[in-house]
Amino acid sequence: MSAVALLGAAELGLVFALVALGVFISFRILDFPDLTVDGSFPLGAAVAATLILADWNPWTATGIAVLAGAASGIVTATLNVRFKILHLLASILTMIALFSINLRVMGRPNVAILIQDTVLTPFYDLGQQLGLPDAVVRPLFVLAVVLVVVALLARFLTSEFGLAMRATGVNARMARAQGVSTDLHIYVGMALSNALVGLAGALFAQTNGFADVTSGIGTIVIGLAAVIVGETVVRSRVIVWMLVGCVVGSILYRIAIQVALNADFIGLRASDLNLVTALLVAGALILPRVRNPLKARASAEATSR
Amino acid sequence: MNKMTRVAGTALALLTLATPAALAQTAPKNATVAVTAIVEHPALDATRDGVRDELAAQGWKVGENLRFDYQSAQGNPGTAVQIARQFVGQGPDVIVPISTPSAQAVVSAARDIPVVFTAVTDPLGAQLVRDMDKPGRNVTGLSDLSPIADHLALIREVLPEAKRLGVPYNPGEPNSATLIEIIKKLAPGQGFTVVEAPATKSSDVQGAARGLVGRVDAIYVPTDNTIVSALEALLIVGAQNKLPVFSGDTDSVQRGTIATIGFNYYQVGRQTGEIVARVLKGEKPGDIPVRTAQGTDLHVNPKAAQAMGVTIPEAVVARASKVIGQ
Repeated sequence: MSAVALLGAAELGLVFALVALGVFISFRILDFPDLTVDGSFPLGAAVAATLILADWNPWTATGIAVLAGAASGIVTATLNVRFKILHLLASILTMIALFSINLRVMGRPNVAILIQDTVLTPFYDLGQQLGLPDAVVRPLFVLAVVLVVVALLARFLTSEFGLAMRATGVNARMARAQGVSTDLHIYVGMALSNALVGLAGALFAQTNGFADVTSGIGTIVIGLAAVIVGETVVRSRVIVWMLVGCVVGSILYRIAIQVALNADFIGLRASDLNLVTALLVAGALILPRVRNPLKARASAEATSR
Repeated sequence: MNKMTRVAGTALALLTLATPAALAQTAPKNATVAVTAIVEHPALDATRDGVRDELAAQGWKVGENLRFDYQSAQGNPGTAVQIARQFVGQGPDVIVPISTPSAQAVVSAARDIPVVFTAVTDPLGAQLVRDMDKPGRNVTGLSDLSPIADHLALIREVLPEAKRLGVPYNPGEPNSATLIEIIKKLAPGQGFTVVEAPATKSSDVQGAARGLVGRVDAIYVPTDNTIVSALEALLIVGAQNKLPVFSGDTDSVQRGTIATIGFNYYQVGRQTGEIVARVLKGEKPGDIPVRTAQGTDLHVNPKAAQAMGVTIPEAVVARASKVIGQ
């Protein structure tokens, strides 16, 4: 495995870490199974790319992409909270609607920004002065963004408002009894979750030079896998470590794909990629459980002796 | 041997020796070519096989002096990006991305490694190159823009009375978005009104086709990955309702559309392979103009036509390069 490939995996892992953090908020904090992300990820990419192509400042474009992501989360929350549509179905409705909306936003299925200035351009220039190649600058930039997001999220989730949001997810009835407006927290949580996913989409478009309407396929699977792998690897009940776990899980997921891409030497074909990735991730989840009973037995034998 | 032929033979030999290409052709050295496509799909797979076979014809054989890596992103642009980085890290002699998203991922990641993209309909719109004739930098390739004017003329020749033309396509495919614009621009010239039938996944294709029944006089299937994947579903609707179906690629005629003129994706691959070979021989990709796939094969399928209630005119069958079922 080459350094460029590993850096690429780390960079994609970091971009999708923002998705994992968003999914963490919806699935884990709010207990809201949200499939909107399959639409809000390409939405973020579409909005950012389209605005950049129209000569907008890339930072402004990214900001609007984040807002667009938040808006899609609010739509799902409204369908659920206001109109009592089952959360899963509400998010599916938003997701499929976003496919058409993304096509409208871009005006075509694929917008290229390979030659436009992005938020990364000044950093590429800086990297050139320091002798750093683009392949190093990109993951460093995304890492900085992810660190800022993790710090802000950790702070938010330990604030009074954040604690109320966590209470909403754990036991909505109890939270209401304590005077927490659960509806408000679902709106804010879903907006925040999809805002992060929109940011991920905007960064994906800018680090790779294009937005494609199909780039949302399987976003939820990647995000969920990252969250769960992260929970297995980083076992902690401290919120900041749980967030770090999402980031680590996302990077590990990409490294699993990278290993799968290099697996052709054992007679695997290109078409086996998804299977190998699934097996690696399943292995990562199962292994700690397999080892524990053995350890437990060993320690039990030790004590009985 | 008389004097004339000997002189001509010597001249020819000198001429062959004088061309640099012929010099380079003598002994192809070992090469690595990395190929990636966004998804496994008959047309894209045929393109890949065409590239491999053309390289073999030019002296680079898999297992001898050619390492031919292939990866599919399984439909996920995120994975396409990761494959692109993987290839750049490996540093092959040429990277061949098939389809628009794969090409964009590779062009974005590869600054110095030669890239020969293929099966991209609109390379300028996709920002793969800034100029078709002088691409510059490390990128060149082949556009698979089909000869739509020829297709429309052919449909007009087979169906002189037809007025409304149904076009099923996936609005999520960049290639199709380009094609539908061209179709809408050229159709009035042949007296057609275009009726669009969007289908975003292969399971929607039959529904889209049914929606066209009674509203159109013929269906034209462009080189759209989604529609072509589910072509049989569309052909059933065509046969049941006596609605003639035409296609943009010759492979589909074999599967049961009435006729087309142009190329198939294996030929697209062979023509891409020619460009790859030029790069392997030392030409700079930036100096090689982006070509459009060429092909004037007329394929007709009289049996399919009969099932759809159409008789292909004798004149068309007579000049066909391939008549399916014969």
